[in-house]
Amino acid sequence: MHIGVFVCHCGSNISGTVDCPQTAKAAGEFPDVVYSTDEMYTCSEPGQESIIRAIKEHNLDGVVVASCSPRMHEATFRRTVERAGLNPYMFEMANIREHVSWVGRDKALNTRKAIDLIGMAVAKLRNGTPLFSERFNVTRKLMVIGGGVAGIQAALDAADSGIEVVLVERETTIGGKMAKLDKTFPTIDCSSCVLGPKMVEVAQHPKITLYAASEVDNVSGYVGNFTVQVRKRAVYVDWDACTGCGLCTEKCPSRKTPDPFNELIATTTAINIPFPQAIPKKATINPDYCLQLTKGKCGVCAKVCPVGCIDFEQQDKIEEVQVGAIVVATGYDLFDYSVYKQYGAGKLPDVITSLQYERLLNASGPTGGHVLRPSDGAEPKHVVFIQCVGSRDKSKGRAYCSSFCCMYTAKQAILTKSHLPDSQSYVFYMDIRSPGKGYDEFTRRTQELYGAQYIRGRVSSIHQHGSSLVVRGADTLAGMQVEIKADLVVLAVGIEPSRNSQKLAATLHISADTDGFFMEGHPKLKPVETNTAGVFLAGCCQGPRDIPTSVSMGSAAAAKAMVLFSNEQLESDPQVATVNATRCVGCYKCVKTCPFGAILESEDRWKNPKAEVLPTICKGCGICSVTCPHGAIQLNHFTDNQLLAEVNAICPLPTI
Amino acid sequence: MQAITIQEQDNDFRAEVERRSGQSMVECYQCGNCTAGCPFDFAYDLPVSKIMRLVQLGQREIVLSCHSIWLCASCKTCTTRCPNSIDVAKIMDVLRHMARESGHIKERTVKAFEDSFLASVKKTGRLHEVGVALGYEMRTGRFLTDIDLVQTMVSKGKLSIKPHSMHNSDQVAEIFKRFNGGIHE
Repeated sequence: MHIGVFVCHCGSNISGTVDCPQTAKAAGEFPDVVYSTDEMYTCSEPGQESIIRAIKEHNLDGVVVASCSPRMHEATFRRTVERAGLNPYMFEMANIREHVSWVGRDKALNTRKAIDLIGMAVAKLRNGTPLFSERFNVTRKLMVIGGGVAGIQAALDAADSGIEVVLVERETTIGGKMAKLDKTFPTIDCSSCVLGPKMVEVAQHPKITLYAASEVDNVSGYVGNFTVQVRKRAVYVDWDACTGCGLCTEKCPSRKTPDPFNELIATTTAINIPFPQAIPKKATINPDYCLQLTKGKCGVCAKVCPVGCIDFEQQDKIEEVQVGAIVVATGYDLFDYSVYKQYGAGKLPDVITSLQYERLLNASGPTGGHVLRPSDGAEPKHVVFIQCVGSRDKSKGRAYCSSFCCMYTAKQAILTKSHLPDSQSYVFYMDIRSPGKGYDEFTRRTQELYGAQYIRGRVSSIHQHGSSLVVRGADTLAGMQVEIKADLVVLAVGIEPSRNSQKLAATLHISADTDGFFMEGHPKLKPVETNTAGVFLAGCCQGPRDIPTSVSMGSAAAAKAMVLFSNEQLESDPQVATVNATRCVGCYKCVKTCPFGAILESEDRWKNPKAEVLPTICKGCGICSVTCPHGAIQLNHFTDNQLLAEVNAICPLPTI
Repeated sequence: MQAITIQEQDNDFRAEVERRSGQSMVECYQCGNCTAGCPFDFAYDLPVSKIMRLVQLGQREIVLSCHSIWLCASCKTCTTRCPNSIDVAKIMDVLRHMARESGHIKERTVKAFEDSFLASVKKTGRLHEVGVALGYEMRTGRFLTDIDLVQTMVSKGKLSIKPHSMHNSDQVAEIFKRFNGGIHE
C-alpha cells in the first residue's frame, strides 16, 4: 500500500503546540507511508490540491490527514481523495487539534501524541477496504410535527414549492401559543390578524394534509424513506361531517370543563371548539367531562347536531404515513411556577401567568378583552409584573434565559395602559434583554411613553392583604427594599420544552441538550438540522425563540427539506454492519440488541438461520458487532481488524 | 434602611426636580456611567447614579439629606458621559438648591463657602479673595484653614486688601435682587 500523510498546521491552532514538520517527518517512518508533509491549511483549496497532486505523483492508494475533528472536515477530504480517483473510504483522519493541540500545552508531549494518533490512523487505513454507497429513492413528502407558527411556516413554504406536506398537531387546532396571544411585540399588531390568514391557508392548501388531535407514535426508516405512525386521538366527533356550526357547544350541559386554550382561567363545555378562528373548526368532546361518556346519560349534542356527526364510540386510529423528511416544531410549555412558594405557588387567584394575562387581554378571551382580575372580576389599578420566573434560576434547574419574556412583559405593560388608562404598571426585572430589531426602543417606550415603572430587583414575597396583594421586593439600584400594593400580579413564566418532547426525541433518534431542547446539528452552521439526516428543527423546540426567529427557522427547515427533495435518489452511507454468513450461527443476539430494528432473522439458501442487515436502516452504531459472539457481524470501516490494528499501533507488543 | 412603599413615593418631588432642572428622570436607565466617572465618588455617601434612582423613586428625604449633593464639584463629567444626554450635574445643582430651601444642610462648610462667595460677588460685583476668605473663616471659625497658601497668593498679588474695582457693579447687584426669592438667604 502507498499511504500519504498530511499534517495540518491549522494556522497556529495546531502548530502553536505541536511541532508539525517533526510530526510529518516521524509519520514518514510508519509502514506503507511513502509520502508525508505538513501544510498550513490542508482544507484550503491549495491544501486539497496538494493532496490530489501527491496522490498522482506518488501513486497513493490511501490518505491520512492529521488535522481537526472528522465532524469538521471528514466529508471535505473524502471528496478530495475521490476527485483524485481514490475510494473515499480509503481515507483516515487523525484529530490532532481537538484531541491534542487545544487540550495540551507541552509541545514535546503534544508532538508525541500527534505522532501516535497518526500511527493509529495509518494502521487502521492499512486494514481498510474500499466501500461503495447504494442509491435509493426519496419519498418527496414532508411531515411537520407541531402546528404552531414555526410549523405552519415550514408547512406552507414546503407546500408552496410543490412538496406534499403532512402537518401533525397534538391539540385540536393549529396555531400553537401564538393563537393565544393578543398582540405581538414590538409593533403591537394583532396576533390573530397575522396568524389567522396563515392558518386558513394551511386548511385550504391542496398540498397540505392536516392531522389535528394527533400524535406521532413511532418513526422508522431513514432519510428519504421514513414510515411514521400517527395516532389520531378519538375526538368523538366525525370530523369529516362536522361543519363547525357550534350548536352542540351551545347546548352542552357540562359547562365546568377546564379550558386549556384559555390557560385554565375559564371553563368551557365538554364538547367545544377552542376559539372562533380554530383550524380545523371542528367540535371535540373532552371525554373526562362529557356526561354521556362518564355517566352514560346525556347525548344532547348528538340530538342537536344537524349533521349527526357525534360518535361516542369513536376510538383512537393509527395511520401510517410515508415521508422523506420530518420537521420538528413542537414548541414549548410554560414552566410550572408553583415551585415558587414566595409567589403564592398558584394559590393566590390574582397571581397569574403571562399567558393567562394574554387571554385576559384578548378580545376572544373569557373576559372579551376587558382586563378583569380572576378573584372578584374587578379592574386592577396597580399591576405588578415579575420577570424571570423559572428563567435564569439554576436552583430550579432552569439556568437559561427564556429570551422573549422581557419583550412580552413590556408589551403587556403597554397593553395594560391602553386597556386601563388609569392603571400603573410595575416591572421587577433582573436585566432587560431586548436584542432584536426595534426591541430596545420598545422597552424604553414602555417606560418613557407608557409610564411603566421598572424596578431592578427580585420579589421576595407576595401575600394577600384584604382584596389586594402586597408585593415585597428589592430595588437593587436604590439599594432598598420596596413594597407595592398590587391588584394583580403577572408572572413572566419561563419556558421549557413541550411535554413529551423527550419521548419524541427518542422516537426520532435526535438528541436533546441538558435543558431538554432538541440539539441542532451545529450551533452556528447547522441551526435547523439535527444529527439524524432528514430530521430538521424549527422554533422553540430547539431553544427559546421569539416569533420572527421561529418563522425564520420554519422557512429554513422547509428550505433544507427542499434541498433534500431536489435529489431523485440519495446515496446511503456504506459505513454499516455486514454479516459474514460463513461465521454467523443464527443466534440473533444482534437482532435483539439493534436499537434501530435494522437486522432481520433470515436464513441462507440451505435454510440455515442467518442474520441479515438492512443497510438503509442501519445507522452504523456498532452495537451488533460487539454483541456477536463470533465476530460474524462487522461494522464497515470500523471492523475488529481495523480497531485492533489501532490498539496495536499505540500499544505495541513488547519485544523480547 | 426602611422599605419604600412604591405607591407612597413623592411624585411631586420628582416632578419638581424635573421642572427645575429641565431634565426627564424616566430617561435614566441606570447604566452607571455618571458614577463611573465621578471624581468625588470617594467622598460621597450616595453615588450619583443611586441619587438619580432615588429621585425616580421620589425619595425626597433620603436625597435631600445626603452629603453627596454638597460635595459635587459640578465638574460635569456625569453630564458629558450620560448616554441619554441627561444633565446630571444640573440635577445635583437643583437638589442642592432644594436642600438649602428645606433646611437640609449636610455640609456646613460648603454652604459657608458658597455664602461667602456669593456675598462677595453681590457686594463688589466680582470676587474679592480676601473677602471670601474672611467671610468663610468668620462663618466657620476655621481661621487657620489654607494658611499655607497665603505666602504664595500674596507673592502672586492675589490677596489684595481692597476689593477689585469694577464698572457697573450695581448691575450685578441687580441680578441678585432679581434672583432674591431663590437661593441666597
